[in-house]
Amino acid sequence: MSEESSGAVGGYLDMDLLRFTTAGSVDDGKSTLIGRLLYDSKAIFEDQLEAIEKTSEQRGDENVNLALLTDGLRAEREQGITIDVAYRYFATPRRKFIIADTPGHIQYTRNMVTGASTANLAIVLVDARKGVIEQTSRHSFIANLLRIQHVVIAVNKMDLVDWGEDRFNEINEEFRKFASRLGNIVDVTFIPISALKGDNVVEKSENMPWYQGPSLLYHLETVYIGSDGNHVSARFPVQWVIRPHSDQYHDFRGYAGRIAGGVFKPGDDVIVQPSGFEAKVKAIHTMDGELEEAFAPLSIAMTLDREIDISRGDMIVKGNNPSEVGQDIEAMICWFSDKPLNGRGKFALRHTTKETKAIVKEVKYKVDINTLHKIEDDRELRLNDIGRISLRTASPLSYDSYKTNRNSGSFILVDLFTNETVGAAMIV
Amino acid sequence: MPDYTVTHLNQIESEAIFVLRETAAQFERPVLLFSGGKDSIVMTHLARKAFWPARIPFPLLHIDTGHNFRETIEYRDALVKELGANLIVGSVQKAIDEGRVVEEKGLNASRNALQIQTLLDALEEGQYDAALGGGRRDEEKARAKERFFSHRDEFGQWDPKNQRPELWNIFNGRMSPGEHFRVFPLSNWTEMDVWQYLKREGVDLPSLYFAHEREIVVRNGAILAVSEFVQPREGEALEKRQIRFRTMGDATITGAVESDASNMDMIIEEVAAARETERGNRADDKRSESAMEDRKKQGYF
Repeated sequence: MSEESSGAVGGYLDMDLLRFTTAGSVDDGKSTLIGRLLYDSKAIFEDQLEAIEKTSEQRGDENVNLALLTDGLRAEREQGITIDVAYRYFATPRRKFIIADTPGHIQYTRNMVTGASTANLAIVLVDARKGVIEQTSRHSFIANLLRIQHVVIAVNKMDLVDWGEDRFNEINEEFRKFASRLGNIVDVTFIPISALKGDNVVEKSENMPWYQGPSLLYHLETVYIGSDGNHVSARFPVQWVIRPHSDQYHDFRGYAGRIAGGVFKPGDDVIVQPSGFEAKVKAIHTMDGELEEAFAPLSIAMTLDREIDISRGDMIVKGNNPSEVGQDIEAMICWFSDKPLNGRGKFALRHTTKETKAIVKEVKYKVDINTLHKIEDDRELRLNDIGRISLRTASPLSYDSYKTNRNSGSFILVDLFTNETVGAAMIV
Repeated sequence: MPDYTVTHLNQIESEAIFVLRETAAQFERPVLLFSGGKDSIVMTHLARKAFWPARIPFPLLHIDTGHNFRETIEYRDALVKELGANLIVGSVQKAIDEGRVVEEKGLNASRNALQIQTLLDALEEGQYDAALGGGRRDEEKARAKERFFSHRDEFGQWDPKNQRPELWNIFNGRMSPGEHFRVFPLSNWTEMDVWQYLKREGVDLPSLYFAHEREIVVRNGAILAVSEFVQPREGEALEKRQIRFRTMGDATITGAVESDASNMDMIIEEVAAARETERGNRADDKRSESAMEDRKKQGYF
């Protein structure tokens, strides 16, 4: 067996996971780029490649159309479009990757926001000939709004600008000027590539000796994400109460959930919100044994040192650093429904494991995501619009700002009649 | 500064446990679809972890085509006993006998499509509002766009163009009476993840997954195990080969691969080196390019 596959047995257990999102339209080389990453990492199988080669040929496509790999829906193939976020998977000996690949045209904002909500990193493709354009602005705005901490500006089609260092630097400059208006992106990396020719995608380019940085794949494999999560403010939304009613675990009352931030240890002083009751963590349980400490995003069960009335939707937080508790919330929201939001509206609201009702009181402004300008003279939120709202919930939420915690700072709105998810919001 | 990096297996395990608990919490009557295949074995293992030390708070449902490998049923019964779980069997044979479905005719007849009606009947009969399945997005392209919480209308149908967006880890399981959800906690797992996880967790698997010598016939390029359901036809030679199965389904359509991988490590090596997808041996997917989508729309797993 080759070295590579024996690595599959040993090293695989220690690998971590990087979730990233890509966005772009048909002609910016995104499919080519992803195809290259997948094929070079052997995530595309021979039978899959043969099938899409055959289909591409039948359709008269000039190149093998890699979108066919995940555009599995009949309507997508018939219309030659991608309808939805496509998730793709690959692994190298260093890391496992999940790509949320979002289409550039239909339902653009909705898909990009959905893909970005779980991503650690965003790849924004820029055509070296065109530089920073509206689309770059949209991608970056959404990456920033959803607080993706690492952004890669992949300056593609370098082969078409004679591998020019000056052009690359010009684009960096343009982007930095624009990004200064965004404010939140922590880590921006610029990489000059040619997805078509493979330069700086997996292997370092020989055509651009002036570029000293890593190839795109090497960057994806090594970018440090261990400190991205919030490990300061301990948050534990209670999902389910485990009561075995068995002889062995007669009095066991475990609060099950997935840690949404910070670190919990036995002996920690905690507060149960919104009731405000205080207790100490007795133990942290898993089927494999008790843990000395637990942190996001682990799923565990917790027991406390005293009996308190706790149910699903409550939040256990550490006493020295509690979350906000309240019913009046300000948020940025992305609207997903054909039915516009006009001023006020009543919805079901889902926040961590809690469901309550909410009334939108006001749309304060909308954002033009192409120019980043505020729109204050049209306050109707239509499909794919992003804006700022204020709302009041029927019962109190235990929340943080999205800026400090993605889990306790986000919620969705659900239509009370159709049950559809109509909006995704980030608490300001 | 302490390192809070979480390995990818722990991340997808935690995610799957979260989804299992959400399902128990958001629905009145969930059920876990159990086929005896490795994905559903991972699912029961995760369900056990999610609710430990309590029992799994929902029953297992097996849609039985009647064309089973003996090993699958033995494994199933032993597992159910160990879990102390409630097993419900939806029988395709019974549905045929009662005239609710009509068996396919012809040389390549399969009971695969009949499972759909049997499943929908079983869900309706038990009034289950959420059916947990082991489907993964990397398996097949129609599954690549499946949600964790996948809404089904009152006819059990999937509307892929009109799915609810899923953001962060917030899942919307609200529905109208008569509708139900399919829930896929393993959405983000790959075949490799499943094997690695089974190995790490020390989970026992049916012997069919490991290389063994068996009588087979080669039919339409697929290696089929000879059994009471599959007999050599004219022109087909009965052979003995060293084989194993990569997926577990109806014995009449599940193809084997030639292999000498007789333990977990060897299987993982084999998966790492494989150049064909695992469903490549499933005759049911090869009927047309959108065979899987068509079945899913009607209510398939």
